[in-house]
Amino acid sequence: MSAHSPAAAHALPQLPKAPTGIEGLDEITEGGLPLGRPTLICGSAGCGKTLMGIEFLVRGALEFNEPGVLMAFEETAPELAANVTSLGFDLTDLQERKLLRLDHVHVDRSEIEETGEYDLEGLFIRLGYAIDSIGAKRVVLDTIEALFAGFPNQAVLRSEIRRLFHWLKEKGVTAIITAERGDGSLTRQGLEEYVSDCVILLDNRVIDQITTRRLRVVKYRGSTHGTNEYPYLITANGISVLPVTSLRLDHAVSSRVVSTGIPALDDMFGLRGYYEGSSVLVTGTAGTAKTTLAASFADQICRDGGRCIFFAFEESPAQLLRNMASVSINLQAHLDAGRLLIEAARPTLNGLEQHLVTLHRLVKEFRPTAVVIDPITNLITVGNLNEVRSMLTRLIDFLKVNGITALFTALVSGRGLQQEMTDEGVSSLVDTWISVRDLEGVGERNRGLSILKSRGMAHSNQVREFLVTSHGIELLDVVLGPTGIVTGASRLAQQMQERAETLAVQQEAERRDREVERRRRVLEANIANLRTEFESVEEELRQISANEQSRRQALLSGQQRIAAANPPAPGAPTAESGQ
Amino acid sequence: MAEVAAVELEEGFQEMWELRLYVAGQTPKSVTALANLKKYCEQHLKGRYKIEVVDLLVNPQLAEGDQILAIPTLVRKVPEPIRKIIGDLSNEERVLVGLDVRPVSSK
Repeated sequence: MSAHSPAAAHALPQLPKAPTGIEGLDEITEGGLPLGRPTLICGSAGCGKTLMGIEFLVRGALEFNEPGVLMAFEETAPELAANVTSLGFDLTDLQERKLLRLDHVHVDRSEIEETGEYDLEGLFIRLGYAIDSIGAKRVVLDTIEALFAGFPNQAVLRSEIRRLFHWLKEKGVTAIITAERGDGSLTRQGLEEYVSDCVILLDNRVIDQITTRRLRVVKYRGSTHGTNEYPYLITANGISVLPVTSLRLDHAVSSRVVSTGIPALDDMFGLRGYYEGSSVLVTGTAGTAKTTLAASFADQICRDGGRCIFFAFEESPAQLLRNMASVSINLQAHLDAGRLLIEAARPTLNGLEQHLVTLHRLVKEFRPTAVVIDPITNLITVGNLNEVRSMLTRLIDFLKVNGITALFTALVSGRGLQQEMTDEGVSSLVDTWISVRDLEGVGERNRGLSILKSRGMAHSNQVREFLVTSHGIELLDVVLGPTGIVTGASRLAQQMQERAETLAVQQEAERRDREVERRRRVLEANIANLRTEFESVEEELRQISANEQSRRQALLSGQQRIAAANPPAPGAPTAESGQ
Repeated sequence: MAEVAAVELEEGFQEMWELRLYVAGQTPKSVTALANLKKYCEQHLKGRYKIEVVDLLVNPQLAEGDQILAIPTLVRKVPEPIRKIIGDLSNEERVLVGLDVRPVSSK
């Protein structure tokens, strides 16, 4: 019995939660606000407390079919309706459909005279009636602080507010109570945060002239929650909270490969390109053609039928188009075909979070297969290092989860070892890291490209020199000199020297060939001479032999004639021997 | 607007005072408030007032109209402007000031 299996632990009932529908907030609170309990949202002016409350109601009504009551102490119903129209919330329509009830509570100290004992039962009755009239599941009170201004008796108010929270709980409605931030405490009265089951703190901070809104879940009874400060934004679609990092690393991966846009660079990768959905970082010092590399990639993506968003933080779209046209990368055509989107903005235009949201929005609208950010380094001008890093982490996560190939460029400063570190420290997050740099020597600078890492793929270990020509980027073949790889003028010198050597070797070979030929001819002449000599000797000998033959013939015939005239004596053999 | 308990007293020739007392059930505070109110009216507004008692437990929808939060609340509807007095009306002086009633010189 002592050992509980994890499955049994899971089977325990979880705290029921009411999803807010607010982007990101449900992720941080792991499902939403505590169902049927009061939640306090506190913050200073301009944090979006009222907006968060209204969005909670509107999303609840539209997405979860939970009607809601908004009891406003500060703004009237028409004012509220007008204020949120820009976010696409039609409060009037919701009211007509009985999904929302707006109740403006007007508290005016000057109208009220206090004589003797009282309580706030009227408020309870009013709220109870509003809840019952539409069967509301959600309630927003914005802000009960106003009560303190209207009623002088603090003791009564405090006990009544305490009673209100309990009453809301008994009613079983999921409530949001907004409160103004106090000095040194979460709320001005120092009361609400203790009687709420969940407290969310909104904060509006200006650092280096850039405002970032942040949200923190201060407490959440009976549930775990994200404890960090999460930046959030008020966007055109309501509040958007961005969890700093996604909770798990469980995105799907693709084993398809996309081309880098430069054939020779493809060759440096074992599978001829980047994995689809991976993130690529191109780092380099100033003027090492990072943007050109990025544009080549964007161009390739578009030519392969994909869609690409190019975030340019340094150049205007027109400038980018002109500059890339000069190296035969025709981005205009893709732009016209609607495959490419160039989003150019100064990084300082918005806070980091705004950039992230813009990116999210564009990615959702444009549905690209690849995203290029050129360069991420400029974002540092907007936030500090930590913020940029966390933003990039989120960005990379977001793109990976969506299976979008991402290419970032980053400017690195300094030389030597430092070149292999990015200021943003994102190098550990990316899958492929290409480094471009100046190779300086003998009075000139040349560009060199190398692959520092490429997860899950073999890659070349060479530093390849490349040229930015009018046809785009060209990687040059590796030339080995006496002291390693040579570049630039040395490369040319080396090549000329090699050519000269080759020529010399070739000439030597030809000379040898000619010599052989000559010798052969001499030998052949000799052979002919000898043969002629032999022929003459042969003829002479043959002549002698023929003469001999004819002489013997003549002798023989002479003897026969003699024998015929004188019959042979018994000693004829003598004649024979006499020959 | 349903009237729950309209206590109508004899009409005077001067301007009628229309008073409305919001209560929530028969709580001690409400009972005290109504008793006090009747006493003051008899004393200072004899024949020129009309008291309407609204029980919000019965008619919760009426709370919105007069912006009632506290119980009990006394609302002076006529004469204008609307004045509100919250509490059990135990402090006579403040009630009279709140209602802007010139007290009838003590008998």
